[in-house]
Amino acid sequence: MWRFISLRLLQAVPVILAVITVTFFLVRVAPGGPFDSEKAVLPEVKAALEAQYRLDRPLFEQYFAYLGDLAQGDFGPSFKYPGRSVNELIAAGLPVTAELGLYSLLVAVIIGGIAGVFAAIKPNTAQDYIPMTAAMIGICMPSFLLGPLLVLVFGIYLDWLPVSGWGDIPGDKLLPSITLGSAYAAYIARLSRAGMLEVLSQDYIRTARAKGLPEWQVVVKHGLRGGMIPVVAYLGPAFAGLLAGSFVVETIFQIPGLGRFYVQAAFNRDYTMILGTTVFLSTLIVLFNLASDVLAAWMNPRLRAQFGGK
Amino acid sequence: MTLLPRLLLGALLLTLAACTGGESNVSKGNREGILHYGNGSEPQGLDPHVVTGVPEHHVIQALFEGLTAKDPATLEPIPGVASSWEISEDGKTYVFHLNPEARWSNGDQVTAGDFVFSWQRALHPKMGNQYAYMLFPVVNAEAYARGRLPDFADVGVKALDDVTLEVHLNAPTPYFLQLMDHYSTFPVHPPTIEKFGEISTRFTPWTRVENMVNNGPFDLKEWNLNRHIIVEKSDTYWDRDKVKLNGIIYYPTENIVSEERMFRVGQLHYTQTVPLDKIPVYEGIENSPHVQSPYLGTYYYLINTTMEPVNDVRVRKALSMAIDRVKLNNTVLQKSRFPAYTITPPGTLGYQPPKLFEFDAEKARQYLADAGYPGGDGFPQLELIYNTQEDHRKIAVAIQQMWKDVLNIDVAIANQEWKVYLDNVTEMHFQIARRGWIGDYVDPNNFLDLFITDGGNNNTGFSDPRYDDLILKLAPEAKTREERFSLFHEAETLLMEQMPIIPIYTYTSNHLKHASVKGMPSNLMDYINFRYVWLDPNETDAAPVED
Repeated sequence: MWRFISLRLLQAVPVILAVITVTFFLVRVAPGGPFDSEKAVLPEVKAALEAQYRLDRPLFEQYFAYLGDLAQGDFGPSFKYPGRSVNELIAAGLPVTAELGLYSLLVAVIIGGIAGVFAAIKPNTAQDYIPMTAAMIGICMPSFLLGPLLVLVFGIYLDWLPVSGWGDIPGDKLLPSITLGSAYAAYIARLSRAGMLEVLSQDYIRTARAKGLPEWQVVVKHGLRGGMIPVVAYLGPAFAGLLAGSFVVETIFQIPGLGRFYVQAAFNRDYTMILGTTVFLSTLIVLFNLASDVLAAWMNPRLRAQFGGK
Repeated sequence: MTLLPRLLLGALLLTLAACTGGESNVSKGNREGILHYGNGSEPQGLDPHVVTGVPEHHVIQALFEGLTAKDPATLEPIPGVASSWEISEDGKTYVFHLNPEARWSNGDQVTAGDFVFSWQRALHPKMGNQYAYMLFPVVNAEAYARGRLPDFADVGVKALDDVTLEVHLNAPTPYFLQLMDHYSTFPVHPPTIEKFGEISTRFTPWTRVENMVNNGPFDLKEWNLNRHIIVEKSDTYWDRDKVKLNGIIYYPTENIVSEERMFRVGQLHYTQTVPLDKIPVYEGIENSPHVQSPYLGTYYYLINTTMEPVNDVRVRKALSMAIDRVKLNNTVLQKSRFPAYTITPPGTLGYQPPKLFEFDAEKARQYLADAGYPGGDGFPQLELIYNTQEDHRKIAVAIQQMWKDVLNIDVAIANQEWKVYLDNVTEMHFQIARRGWIGDYVDPNNFLDLFITDGGNNNTGFSDPRYDDLILKLAPEAKTREERFSLFHEAETLLMEQMPIIPIYTYTSNHLKHASVKGMPSNLMDYINFRYVWLDPNETDAAPVED
């Protein structure tokens, strides 16, 4: 198992290096620069600014200097926010995005899991069709539509919850988490329905029923454990997706997370910030994929044997 | 079996119920004297000599103070750090008498020497201050900023003693006092700057909450990136007895739709803008919180006069006259702007620009025919570019249709991402491009000097020696305001006869303002002097009241 993990980690190094290289040169090819603004900038001022950021040096020299800094864990200074480092900006945004991701995942698992199990208990009845139709709508409904809809109902008409913010007013974390989590809830509903259907047709479930156990005990005690395996396998990639894909929700609810920094950086040609967030997120995604592979291997006895683990 | 979902539903409803009934930001703020202010976007920074934007301006305005400030109702200069000033007969020498009570937030006196240091920093060639040009009316300031003059002692600013600052100008500059209220001319605390770096070090942590030393009516309390900035009333500010607010919380409200919702539920006292499609909604209600007022800015189309077919002035005139600006304003723009026929907004400091044309379909067709395209026949390819934004697109589509209806020509429209668009405009890789200009100070010069030959913001290829003379030589030497304005009038007439730009509308500022907000009158600069703002807790509905 350890060999498998270290091998995968080694494989990740060229992947991330390629990401850095491609991103570094791609952002430089994009027209416009960080110091272009609507009002013309004096050539002397622009030269002084470029010197401050090493942009006056040859591109390859900049590239290797960047790699050197990166090796020491330094993502460089931000262009858009003078006086702040990219490390600092990531450190400010990550906890918020991670918290949002975690809550959304919670929402997704609770709502999706319940809906899926419910549907699987009485397949091809209204109890199946209604949650599955809702799930289909959930998958199709983009967060830029769902978010404002929820705000309209719960924030404005009912006046129950704040319409935006993060940690400023009690309850302001609820709507964003539901908005971001709902699409994943829909996937999880379908996954858990399929998982449960398979499990509920197994012999040991019939045995449990024959013993005269109440139906809810059959489902919760015996069915859930097996039925949720596909959901568990999905959680790793889902969390990575939540982290990288929270931009829209962060914008709707004015949440100070990483996603907003990331997209703003691209619009501003904030070279170091684009690179920093890309490298950081791709590293995270590589790690999450690795983690979910390890988990899958550990859960599946046949794979476990293949790696010679216990 | 339905026990679990029932429990969960119950828990959810309980959570929701717990959230209701809380006091809104607005009523809490009214009680505590805290203004909840929608500030557009997250400020890039708070260093007056580094930043360039409007959201930065709103925060810096509360934290720092220049030599002068502005009366929010009239925009006339009022005392800031300087309690009085004298202007020499020839208009080229200013002597500022600083208020001996003016203090930095650490208790130090704000001295004339601090201003000399700060202006050197603002102009320092290594500093890369994009607004350095605000000080260029000062003798030798431009040479120093461009690195052609090594010694700052030769620049025309001297501290005669701790409370007397003498400034020499190249030419009489009627708007010079206004510039003293622009953040690029604000003082910074020299020992604090030097504690964290050299005078020209651009990136130092001196603006962080724990380090900042400032001299304005408010002090920085908390700066939570992309979440909020909190300032609270200063106890060292010289005019602190007049400051009524206990604090301001600035929210980055980049998403204007969310900002409007925040206002609606009482999370904000004041919004930075109003979405276009919400304007009719707010206009329809009684005691509307929507406040609209003319704003010192012009929305126009740039024409690249070096490119076919718009190198022909008759084509440019045809295009401009074929636009029905009144109709555009009444439909697409929801009557929220003013149709423009000149680059300078009418009434800028009392100046009335010439109006040389209006919407005239017949004349437009005639011009196009004279240019060799009768009825639009054989009209070559023409493209209009704009930066990606919904409102720009709506306007471009409407104008494209007007050109089709009136002139029978097909003009392509294309949106471009902001930086790509800027690059194309600067490099003049376009035929027609959308453009807007917001004045930095209230004076026609701020608009007309855009189009001097090879001006950094000209981008049209327009060049006229008489125009350059009028703007650069004659107007600065004019003895009276009337003489100066008649020179501007002549220049603008020259400009609009050549039509290197197609003016579309004069901007307006649009805000939602809660009825409790007082001391914030509308003005041409959309300028707020937070020193005079206060909150009336007795006003509970969202209706605006005349200040």
